[in-house]
Amino acid sequence: MTWNTSLADGSPMPNSPSSLVNQYRLEDDDEGQKDANTKDIFIAVDNPESQVTAIETFIMYRVATRTTRSEFDSSEYEVRRRYQDFLWLRSRLEDNHPTLIVHPLPEKFVMKGMVERFNEDFIETRRKALHRFLNKISEHPILSYSQHFKVFLTAQVSDLASHKKQGPGFLSRMGETVRAVANSVRGLRSRPEEFAVMQEYVEDFSNKMCSMDKVTQRIVKEQREYLEELKQYSPTYAQWADLEEELADPLKGVVSCVVQCSKESEEQIHHLSEVLVPALHEYVLCAETLKAVMRRRDNIQAEFEAKNEALLSRKVDQEAVKEVDGLADRMEQANNALKGDWSRWQHSMRTDLRSVFISTAEKNVEYYEKVRQREISASDSNFTHTEKTQTELLFLFFF
Amino acid sequence: MVERGTALLRKVEINVAEAEKRTGKNTVNMQETYSVYLIEIRPAETEGGTPAAPDTLWRRYSDFELLRTYLLVTYPYIIIPPLPEKRYRLPLISPLVGLENFLLRVASHPVLSNDKIFFLFLTEVSSQTCVAECPLKIFSLKHYSDELNSVISQLLRVRARVADRLYGVYKVHGNYGRVFSEWSAIEKEMGDGLQSAGHHMDTYAASIDDILEEEEHFADQLKEYLFYTDAVRSVCRKHELIQYELEMAAQDLAQKKQQKEELATGTVRIFSLKGMTSKLFGQESPEQRESRLAALEQSIQEGEETVKEKNTECKEFMRTAWEDIERFKEQKDRDLREALISYAIMQISMCKKGIQVWSNAKECFSKM
Repeated sequence: MTWNTSLADGSPMPNSPSSLVNQYRLEDDDEGQKDANTKDIFIAVDNPESQVTAIETFIMYRVATRTTRSEFDSSEYEVRRRYQDFLWLRSRLEDNHPTLIVHPLPEKFVMKGMVERFNEDFIETRRKALHRFLNKISEHPILSYSQHFKVFLTAQVSDLASHKKQGPGFLSRMGETVRAVANSVRGLRSRPEEFAVMQEYVEDFSNKMCSMDKVTQRIVKEQREYLEELKQYSPTYAQWADLEEELADPLKGVVSCVVQCSKESEEQIHHLSEVLVPALHEYVLCAETLKAVMRRRDNIQAEFEAKNEALLSRKVDQEAVKEVDGLADRMEQANNALKGDWSRWQHSMRTDLRSVFISTAEKNVEYYEKVRQREISASDSNFTHTEKTQTELLFLFFF
Repeated sequence: MVERGTALLRKVEINVAEAEKRTGKNTVNMQETYSVYLIEIRPAETEGGTPAAPDTLWRRYSDFELLRTYLLVTYPYIIIPPLPEKRYRLPLISPLVGLENFLLRVASHPVLSNDKIFFLFLTEVSSQTCVAECPLKIFSLKHYSDELNSVISQLLRVRARVADRLYGVYKVHGNYGRVFSEWSAIEKEMGDGLQSAGHHMDTYAASIDDILEEEEHFADQLKEYLFYTDAVRSVCRKHELIQYELEMAAQDLAQKKQQKEELATGTVRIFSLKGMTSKLFGQESPEQRESRLAALEQSIQEGEETVKEKNTECKEFMRTAWEDIERFKEQKDRDLREALISYAIMQISMCKKGIQVWSNAKECFSKM
C-alpha cells in the first residue's frame, strides 16, 4: 500500500463496508507488484474509546476487516483491540518469522513534558500508525497468512485472550533469548557478503532517517516561529491605516493579505507535521526493525556455527548431526526469507517515501501559488484607475 | 439644559445655527464638496435687553475633529464629550444639534472651558491673526508625526524579526541538501532522484540571501520616512518658538498700555516701585510725568511694531511651512504607495522562485 496522503488514508472506516473499496485508491505501480490489483483484504482502525477498569484506563480501537479470502469464514469482521494486543501480534509474527521484516508499531507512550497519554493528538497519531501497521501486514505475502494475524482480526476479546495464552510461555522465550545472546557473544565467523552489504546499508539508512526526521522537525519549528512573527504585521499595519487618509485603503489591503498568508502558512505547517513527520518517523522505526532482523539472522548463523564447530571437535553422534543439520536448514531458510523480503521492503520504502516527498513538494508549490495570488490582489487594490492598465500589463508580462 | 456653571458660559451663549455646502480644491488639487457649520457666539446677557449681534464663524467638521483630538491629548485624564457621526444614515439627530451639544458640553466643563485653544476655536477668524488656527494645525501635524514615527519604528522591528525567522526556515532546508546527498550514496534506484533533489534544496536555501537583500530596500524606504518625521517635528518646534515670541511681545505690549493708562489717569492698578515711591516720597512733577509718558508712548509704539513683525513672521512661516507640509504629505503618500507596491512585487518574485524550486524538486522525487 502506498502512502496516499491525498486521501484520508488513516481515516475512520465508513459505515457501509462497500464504500471501503473507494477509500483506497489503487495506484499504478511501475514495478508491477501483484498486490496493487489483487488486494483481497481491507482493514481499518478507527473509533478510539477509552475503557475504564478498576486497575487501569486504556484505549480500545475498532478494527474492521472486509475480505474475500477463503481462509476467513465471513467476509466482514469487527473487533475491538488495544495497543497491547497489537504488541502481542507483532511479537508473535517476529517470533515465527525472525528474518522477515515486520512493519514497526508506533512507540509506547513516553512521558514527554506535558503530553498526556490520552491526549487527542497522541491518540490520533497512534491510531493512524496502527492502521498503517495492519495494512502493511495484510500486504505482506507471507505474514498476512499468519494464523495469529487471522485471530487478531476476527476473534472476540475473550477468545483472543485465550489464544494468547497458547503461545510459548514467558520462561521458554527467555531461554531462547539467553541462548541467542550466548551464541552471539562468540561472534560470527564471517557474514556472507550480501548480508555484510545489507548490514552496512541498514546502519547508514538508519542514520539518514534519523537526520531526515530531525531536519524536518527543525523546519516545522522554524516555520512556526516565522508564522508567529508574521502575524505581528497585521496589528501594526492596522494602526498605521488608522493614521492615514489616502494610504488607509492600501494599508488595510496589506493587513488582509497578511492575515490570509498566515492561514496558508498554517496549512503548510499542518501538512508537514501531519504527513511528512509521521512518515519519516515511521521509517526511523523501520530502520530499528531492520537492525533487529539483521541481529536475529546473525544469531541463527552463530547458533549453527557454534553447534557445527562443537560437532567437528567431537566424535560423530547421530543426535548431534541431526541437530546441526536442522540448524543448517534453519539458517538457509532464514537467509532466503530475508533475501526475499529485502527487495520487497526496499520497493515498499521507495514507494512510500517518494509519495510523501512528492506530496510535500506539491504542498509547498501550492503554498507559494496561494501567497502569490494574495500579494497580487493586495497590490491590485493599491492602484488608482489610471495606473492600473499600465501595471496590469507589466504584471502579465513579467509574472 | 446646560448649567451656566463655568466662567465661559456666564459670559457667552453658543449656538451652531446653520449648515452650508461648499466646494473647493483639496490637498491633492481635486474638487471636493464639504459641509461647513456656522458657530454663533453672543454675550450672555445684555443690560439693555436687546440681544447684541452675534460673532460668527464657519467651521468644517474636520475642524471639530481636530479640536477634539487636541483636547483628548492635552487632557488625557478627562472624558472628552463625543462628536456626532460624520455621515448620517438615519438623520435622527441633525448634525447641528450634535455639534452644538459638543461645544456646550466642553464649555460647561470646569477644566476644558478654560482652554485657550477652545476659546480661540469659537472666536478667531483665521485670516486675522495666527493665534488660534495655527496651534491646532500644528498640533495635529505634531500628533500625526509622533504617531507615524512610532508605527514605522514598530513596523521596522517586526520586519527585522520576520526576516530573521524566514532566514532560519530557508537555511535549515540546506540540511536537506546535505542529507539527501549522503543518502543518495547508499541507494541504487533512488540515488539519482535524491541527489538532484538535494541540489534544489541547496538552491532554495541559498536563495534567501538575495530575497532579504531586496527586502532591505523596503526597510530603507521606511527608515527614510522615520527621519522625515523628525524633520516635521523640528518644523513644529520652530513654529512653537515663533508663537511663543509673538505671545511674549503681545503680553509685553499689553502691560505697557496698561501702565500708560494708569499714568495718564493717575490710578495705580499694577504695583510698581515707582508708584510706591511716588506715594511715599511725594508725587512727581508734571514734567517728570510727561517725560515718562512720552517714553512709555515710544516703547508702546516699538512694542506694536514688534508685535506686527512677529505676527507677520508667524503668518509667513505658517504659510510657507504649511505649503511645504502639504507637498510633503503628497510626496509621502506617493512614495509609500510605491514602496508597498514594490514590496508586493518582491514578494511575488520570491513566490515564483519558491514555486520553481519545489516543482523541480517534485520532478526529482518522481524519479526516485
